[in-house]
Amino acid sequence: MTQKTLLSLRNLGKQFSGKTVLDSLDLDIADGEFITLLGPSGCGKTTLLRLLAGFEIPDSGTIELNGADITALPPEQRPLNTVFQHYALFPHMTVFDNVAYGLKMEKRPKDEIHQRVEEALAMVQLGEFARRKPHQLSGGQQQRVAIARAVVKRPKLLLLDEPLSALDYKLRRTMQIELKRLQRELGITFVFVTHDQEEALSMSDRVVVLQSGKVQQKGTPREIYERPANLFTARFVGETNLFPGVLEQVDEQRITVNVSGYRRTMRRPGFPVSEGEGVHVLLRPEDIRVLEPDADHGFAGKVVERNYKGSTLDSVIHLEDGTEVLASEFFDEDDPAFDYRLGEPVRVSWVEGWEWLLPLENGGVPEDQAANA
Amino acid sequence: MLRGLRQPFRTGVLLLVWTWLLALVLAPNLLVIGASFLTRDPGTFLSLPVTLENYRNLLDPLYLEVFLHSLYMASITTLVCLLIGYPFAWALSRVAKDRQLLLIFLLIVPFWTNSLVRTYALKLLMATNGLINTGLMELGLIDGPLRMLYTEGAVIVGLVYLLLPFMILPLYSVFDDLRRELLMASHDLGAGRFRTFIHVVIPLTLPGVLAGVMLVLLPAMGLFFVPDILGGSRNLLVGNVIKNQFLDARNWPFGAAAAIMLTLAMALLLFTHRLSQRRLGEEGDV
Amino acid sequence: MTRWLPRAYLALVYLALYIPIAVLVVFSFNDGRTGYRWGGFTWRWYEALFTNDAMMQALWNSLWLAVSAATLSTLIGALTALALHRYRFRGKKALKGMLFVVMMSPEIVLAISLLSLFLLVGVQLGYFSLLLAHVTFCLPFVVITVMARLSGFDESLPEAARDLGASDFTMTRTVLLPVIMPALLAGWLLGFTLSLDDVVVSTFVSGPGYEILPLRIYSMVRVGLKPEVNALGSLLLVFSLLMLVLSQWILMRSKR
Repeated sequence: MTQKTLLSLRNLGKQFSGKTVLDSLDLDIADGEFITLLGPSGCGKTTLLRLLAGFEIPDSGTIELNGADITALPPEQRPLNTVFQHYALFPHMTVFDNVAYGLKMEKRPKDEIHQRVEEALAMVQLGEFARRKPHQLSGGQQQRVAIARAVVKRPKLLLLDEPLSALDYKLRRTMQIELKRLQRELGITFVFVTHDQEEALSMSDRVVVLQSGKVQQKGTPREIYERPANLFTARFVGETNLFPGVLEQVDEQRITVNVSGYRRTMRRPGFPVSEGEGVHVLLRPEDIRVLEPDADHGFAGKVVERNYKGSTLDSVIHLEDGTEVLASEFFDEDDPAFDYRLGEPVRVSWVEGWEWLLPLENGGVPEDQAANA
Repeated sequence: MLRGLRQPFRTGVLLLVWTWLLALVLAPNLLVIGASFLTRDPGTFLSLPVTLENYRNLLDPLYLEVFLHSLYMASITTLVCLLIGYPFAWALSRVAKDRQLLLIFLLIVPFWTNSLVRTYALKLLMATNGLINTGLMELGLIDGPLRMLYTEGAVIVGLVYLLLPFMILPLYSVFDDLRRELLMASHDLGAGRFRTFIHVVIPLTLPGVLAGVMLVLLPAMGLFFVPDILGGSRNLLVGNVIKNQFLDARNWPFGAAAAIMLTLAMALLLFTHRLSQRRLGEEGDV
Repeated sequence: MTRWLPRAYLALVYLALYIPIAVLVVFSFNDGRTGYRWGGFTWRWYEALFTNDAMMQALWNSLWLAVSAATLSTLIGALTALALHRYRFRGKKALKGMLFVVMMSPEIVLAISLLSLFLLVGVQLGYFSLLLAHVTFCLPFVVITVMARLSGFDESLPEAARDLGASDFTMTRTVLLPVIMPALLAGWLLGFTLSLDDVVVSTFVSGPGYEILPLRIYSMVRVGLKPEVNALGSLLLVFSLLMLVLSQWILMRSKR
């Protein structure tokens, strides 16, 4: 992947009737990258996409594409295209005419239009559907027409506004793979908007987590999942167990944290820490280990729920202090009887070094909003 | 999202529409309101002084009797339309969906046909030597022709015939929205047919009833050609009075005052309708 | 409750609605002298109609009036609907309110208000005054028809067109117009029919120089019975039916 910057957003701000939707946002998007804007509804991701497409004009800031300022350019003059959430296929035109529309606007010769439309339709495996009307196609087929219509113009940038949200689960998985393939083949930069964190993690080169019009974190899916920058990201992306801890001893390399009476020594985090301070200990369900009740460490509790998930066994453990812990364990090949009874007493611990620490947040903004996520 | 080239288009459209509506709706209506407070003048139609005389004249026994009679006929018409239309709309909403479309189509065909012609068709049936009388006499059921034309009954039949679809359509739309689960729920909770009808069906269809009443009652006072064709000179509507005052007697102020009474009646009905809809809306939201 | 009772009731009401019309059509072919007894089949009332110059003139006047009123009201109504749909402006509620008033107020009130205006301003009663009046009462119906179509209109379609490189004008021509075209046609047909059938308003605002069909019929049917009216009524009936079928067909086809 080239690291050349294709799109560069500076200090972008947008308000709707006094409500700030985007708050001085900065973002660089590299050429050829698959970048996902992830966030709950109302986080500003769709507004950001509409600013890029030109359907809205920002109140402040600039949008530069390949070094040219396109902030105030009308949508028809921007060298980028959009795949709409509900496809927005023209109902009165055939599939062919829908895909040809953008090329006709460029006043391309008939032969060229014909050839390029057929190529685009073949690319999305809809070659024989050219004469159909959109309403004669299934949801997945309409989706593919919308993609063909957008990429046939060979845009520098493709904007995708929750394009898979109207499809059922299985079809969504198929389309995710297909979109990924298309993006690799075409080498077009994709800006993909979604509220589905699983989709974001599995498809993107880079994920931008948005909340309240601000970037919460940007990074690779792995960074976002394993090293969330704040509580919001931690809670929004994936399942999380959060334990309140108190710092008891701080050394140069290591610290000791007291989590409800259970002491663990761990690597010193990147943020400033001092003894006596509170801290969040973050553990993903797969970091958790469920131990025998007579184990020498861990929290005591009992199993209150167990869900068989095929490759993993997910369980909920009710700790003595009232906290509930989610655990997700892979089946042990050597132990076919591996299972829990409800009410079974256990101890809960986690794999050394897999914890992630976050400082306490005083603003408290993400705390309540994470509940909606 | 409106910028640049759209502005002149937008301005032009709004200007055109506003001009049209102000000149041909607002101004004339204000004119009528104004005229109703002026004095009759044989030359210029209207003249000063400003007076309430016209409204007082509406209470003149001669006119009052016509108005009350017109209101009476319109009310009977509305009642008959409601009695025919309510079960009709219910039955229609229970027919299979694809057939409903055809039946509604058949219902609006008359709306698209000339109402004069349809009124005239009734005359064919009801005349002294019309089809009904000839038929009945040939069957030996009656000795001499019945007098049907030029009666109060003929006017009401004519009005019902013309206005029935306007009662049925709003009623049909509320019955169509009335989900069958609601009735089942009511039965499930122990209400019988009668109590379900009283407590569920009637409250939920009330807005449709009021809309229907509104669409029937007022036109039933204004359709002056119905009495002209079927009713003779004794069964006049408010519409006939207004028409006579404007076109024959040339007493504009009085005609205008009568028209305003009609408009006020409409406003009152509209208001009631809104009220019932709002009440239902609030209950529905809970 | 038995199943046949509601159906029988529906059938009964439809019979009552259609018998007078059927009688009219049947009697338009009746050669009987009294008019009410079947006296054999004839075309003569239709012949009488077509050779009646005054009647033909009134027919052409009516058709021309209906075509021009429908066209003008569709044009203005469609633009109004677009403006109401797309723009936010001051007095939007007032504008909607006025259209509502036109639709709901008794025809006769509209009629006398327009007559007062025309006489006061000095508009000659005739084609022009009829046109203004007819466009005015057709307008809200066209606006409603087009608005209904626009409300089901996917807002992202215009954006998709712009995104693919269409200017605002091109978008209107290639996307917006084709999508609302059925509503425009239906609105036009409705306006045409309303204009052709109007008696109340026309009675007030027409002048001696421009006689239209409904008024001619009106003056004929006020006194006695005229077999020509049977023929004319039947023709109008068939014509209206065609228009209605056409407009329903357009609307149905566009829904698919």
